[in-house]
Amino acid sequence: MLEIKGLNAWYGESHILHGVDFEVREGEVVTLLGRNGAGKTTTMKAIMGLVPRREGSIRFRGAETIKMMPNQIAKAGIAICPEERGIFGSLSVTENLMLPPVVAPGGLDVPTIYQLFPNLKERARTAHGTRLSGGEQQMLAIARILRTGAKMLLLDEPTEGLAPVIVQQIGRTIREIKNRGFTVLLVEQNFRFAQTVADRHYVMEHGKVIDMIPNHKLESSMDKLHEYLGV
Amino acid sequence: MFMIFGIPGPLLFGQLLLGLINGAFYAMLSLGLAVIFGMLNIINFAHGALFMMGAFVSWMLLTYVGIGYFPSLILAPLIVGIFGLLLEKTIISRLYKLDHLYGLLLTFGLALVIEGLFRNAYGSSGMPYRIPSVLQGATNLGFMYMPNYRGWVVLVAVVVCLATWAIIEKTSLGATLRAATENAPLVQAFGVDVPRLITLTYAGGVALAAFAGVLAAPIYSVNPNMGTNFINTVFAVVVIGGMGSIMGSIVTGFALGVIEGLTKVFYPQASATVVFLVMVIVLLTRPRGLFGKAA
Ligand SMILES: Nc1ncnc2c1ncn2[C@@H]1O[C@H](COP(=O)(O)OP(=O)(O)OP(=O)(O)O)[C@@H](O)[C@H]1O
Ligand SMILES: [Mg+2]
Repeated sequence: MLEIKGLNAWYGESHILHGVDFEVREGEVVTLLGRNGAGKTTTMKAIMGLVPRREGSIRFRGAETIKMMPNQIAKAGIAICPEERGIFGSLSVTENLMLPPVVAPGGLDVPTIYQLFPNLKERARTAHGTRLSGGEQQMLAIARILRTGAKMLLLDEPTEGLAPVIVQQIGRTIREIKNRGFTVLLVEQNFRFAQTVADRHYVMEHGKVIDMIPNHKLESSMDKLHEYLGV
Repeated sequence: MFMIFGIPGPLLFGQLLLGLINGAFYAMLSLGLAVIFGMLNIINFAHGALFMMGAFVSWMLLTYVGIGYFPSLILAPLIVGIFGLLLEKTIISRLYKLDHLYGLLLTFGLALVIEGLFRNAYGSSGMPYRIPSVLQGATNLGFMYMPNYRGWVVLVAVVVCLATWAIIEKTSLGATLRAATENAPLVQAFGVDVPRLITLTYAGGVALAAFAGVLAAPIYSVNPNMGTNFINTVFAVVVIGGMGSIMGSIVTGFALGVIEGLTKVFYPQASATVVFLVMVIVLLTRPRGLFGKAA
């Protein structure tokens, strides 16, 4: 579904990604693990076309996207839930939910979304999206990209700083959308959480992918993983 | 003759109406400036020149082609809007990566060029534009005679301002605009062609200025300086209302027109400066403007 080869990315003069290689197959949930500053967010942004400069190859459903603008990449069927959540304060909760244009058929309808996120239904009339709690904003940031029909979702640390119940709810949501045929690339610091949702894990360090661990081998690779992540 | 605060009633209401008329133009012009500033982060110094172009294009349509006032209300904003679209696409869009100051300098230069071209071609004495016959005459309101055309201008300006406000605050297109004002890259990553949205926003703000120009043509003579006369006050309105606030621009525009009009009655010497006095007071007490949002 998504094949990344020799991906390089820069912010101005700083060269952040140094030849990232990995792939995500259709229907998989795959995580990017790695220490702070390893380049996980930059990889997500580079896939979406949101870095100032990128080189290499990013093929989505077989088509090269490295030369495309972010809006064209979105239209091809990739959607991002950014690390900072990106909820708009000048838009109501409903406007935030309805903001991303539908790019393909097969997205979830609003009743289904409210079923997955009952809190959002209660807060639908809130006039400013940023008045929601951190957890509610995170749900909204995920919910709005489920509507669009994009089948490849990039979720950047959706559980960061959230209470355990909400982390569990997000875990359920990820398994639910996987069952519905979505493909997910997930950035996670918390590999205990990652373990409950993912098929495979890529480990990043200094702007490169340095290892791949299938989920069923995660337990037996703990020593290695602790070393990679410095925990 | 009846008196209010020692002022003859008709004089007071006459100035109030003049104030409302000026306020209508302040509101329409500052609205366009606010919308453009929100999306492009550029203070469009060419706004007054484009307002003037609206008046000129309607005059040219009438004089050279025989197209009258009402079709001009649509055609002139369309023509000037397309001109704005080309300006944005060919010149202004090159500056987005640079400091705001460059956008300001560029649009200021554009204003000088546009006004210079019209001054060369038509001189600066001004040409009259006849009030369309259905809007000629005056209506007795009981307390004053109101020229019909002036009433029409206030009415149309209120409708256009509220329609613009409703588009921005109540439609999904408006929600996309507001979102792009906050975080354009993310909106583009959702699949919206943001560069095209920016171009259309500029063209829309310019068309609004030109529309105001057509309305103004029968009131002020059509001349190359008519924009400059307005635009200083309009910038003060934008500052007082708070950069980028839509309702703020509308309310402040009308209110300042009225304040100016009343000052003409009670203390004529201050009428030219009262707007700037208000600006200083507002900036000292609320640096982000009356309707500005906190950072
Ligand atoms: N906008 C930017 N300009 C310059 N450098 C940046 C920018 N964003 C990130 N970087 C740098 O790029 C490197 C990788 O950052 P990135 O955000 O991709 O890391 P990450 O793996 O997502 O980290 P974290 O786990 O903390 O989110 C870091 O060294 C960071 O300082
Ligand atoms: Mg990150």
